[in-house]
Amino acid sequence: MPITESDIRKIAALAHLEITEEELRTLAPQVAAIVAYVEQLNELDTGSVEPAIGGLTPEGERTEAARQDRTRPSLGQALALEQAPEPSHGHFRVPKVIAGSEEKENF
Amino acid sequence: MTAPDRTIELISSELSGGSTSARAVAARTVGAAERLNGMLNAFLQIDREGALRRAEALDGEKGGGGALRGVPVAVKDNICVRGMQATCGSRILAGYHPPYDATVTERLNAAGAVIVGKTNCDEFAMGSSNENSAYGAVRNPWDTERVPGGSSGGSAAAVAARIVPAALGSETGGSVRQPAALCGIVGVKPTYGRVSRYGLVAFGSSLDQVSVFGLTVRDAALVLQTIAGRDERDATTADVAVPDYVSQFGGDLKGARIGVPRALLGEGVDADVRARVEEAIDAYRSLGAEVVDVELPHAGYSIAVYYIIATAEASSNLARYDGVRYGFRAEDPKDLREMYRRTREEGFGAEVKRRIMLGTYVLSSGYYDAYYLKAQKVRTLIQRDFLDAFEKCDAVLTPTTPTPAFRLGEKTDDPLSMYLSDIYTCMANLAGVPGVSVPCGLSSNGLPVGFQLMGPHWGEPVILRLADAYERAHPLAARPRVMAAE
Repeated sequence: MPITESDIRKIAALAHLEITEEELRTLAPQVAAIVAYVEQLNELDTGSVEPAIGGLTPEGERTEAARQDRTRPSLGQALALEQAPEPSHGHFRVPKVIAGSEEKENF
Repeated sequence: MTAPDRTIELISSELSGGSTSARAVAARTVGAAERLNGMLNAFLQIDREGALRRAEALDGEKGGGGALRGVPVAVKDNICVRGMQATCGSRILAGYHPPYDATVTERLNAAGAVIVGKTNCDEFAMGSSNENSAYGAVRNPWDTERVPGGSSGGSAAAVAARIVPAALGSETGGSVRQPAALCGIVGVKPTYGRVSRYGLVAFGSSLDQVSVFGLTVRDAALVLQTIAGRDERDATTADVAVPDYVSQFGGDLKGARIGVPRALLGEGVDADVRARVEEAIDAYRSLGAEVVDVELPHAGYSIAVYYIIATAEASSNLARYDGVRYGFRAEDPKDLREMYRRTREEGFGAEVKRRIMLGTYVLSSGYYDAYYLKAQKVRTLIQRDFLDAFEKCDAVLTPTTPTPAFRLGEKTDDPLSMYLSDIYTCMANLAGVPGVSVPCGLSSNGLPVGFQLMGPHWGEPVILRLADAYERAHPLAARPRVMAAE
């Protein structure tokens, strides 16, 4: 299916990217070309093939994900906030989230 | 006559013999990094004070120290080292200093290594030329008008220029083996689950693996066996004992079977690359190995599978860069949504946006089955190809890359042609198997060529021993134009 500039706009919104008109003009044909390329997979009949799970193959499944459930020190508030753009009173400060009635279209 | 390389082996023997100190080694390394960085742009941070302080402390300890005591190493800027930056080559993490060490960093430090700096890379490890770094491209020490490969281009250039004997990089689709081949050094991508990714910034989580560059196979193997093994902070690491790879080197290759997928040596491969790889195959015959034909019938689909899976996973992993908890935040947003959008628009570069877009598209409602699920099924076919091939051989040999290093700017306008430089490497990431790239001579215009050996899961001992045997018989005598003084 051809990918249009309006598809690109929709994907950008889903990805929280604010792309410029110029980016739109370069991205649309590039994404379309890459999608056309990956569609070569449709040549293959995979009706009876199980999808690979993560990076693991039957040979690689020897992982033991469970670990001891015990408390241990965590990063702590001071370190966790150290790299924040706008820390405030032990929190991450962000712009207004709750809109007034006239601003609801933003949400 | 070229002087012997300052390998880990040489540095360690000088240190234990007392003819040099860790401080002197660190000072020489940092000096070389500072001198050459204007030409190569390999380092994003050189930690002169930290490296000297650490080396002095090692000199002060009597005895003790591990296998890498006093050995200088460089670390890709997407791996956390406390006290140093971790920008991932991105504006969105400019100035970011992680509050903890990656597991691989802890293990390097415990073994006595001296981390001298953080190396440049394609933004969030997305690229095959290092031209996607927000901090400028890395130059290839063999020809500074050419790319070093990517995404771990800074680590590759630092080792090739003999600044450090070994460095850490990371692989998602070939980001260590490909630059190793283009820079004339050794690069090892271990089995998925072999090395902890705790503290490695995530890109494609079902593919990512911390990987190693070395001047020699031995150097790379020594670093790999230091950082490998189970880590309860990364649930994908397997509880499989870590062998001493280096102790298994040597002996003859009688009985070893090298599989060659002939179909992959045809169209699209540079003539010089093909000639050097054929010579490497002959060299294995001369060393006593048997060369057998194998097939990887679905190998041709690996780039398509890779660019669905890697971008889908990246679009999810990179959702965390929203300007809230760390990194860059756009100025004066009017609300939260605008803050997210503008932070990401201003913080990410073109390739990262392209991949987030592609990944969001293939995961979007109605397309999941057609793209991501389809790709995971073809991935199963690629994995089966490898399992079948390893019924007939111990290792599969291919070129590492279709061409030697290309010119800066040559492929930047054509993402698809750039993606195709990973055609030989990304199948190992998809199958989860280990691979090693080994230099095998030069092209007619004097650029390094590499071949790779891929082994079965947990087959690092086999491929590293085979790689070492080739390297001993055919060491690369040529040296890059830009390198540290003797």
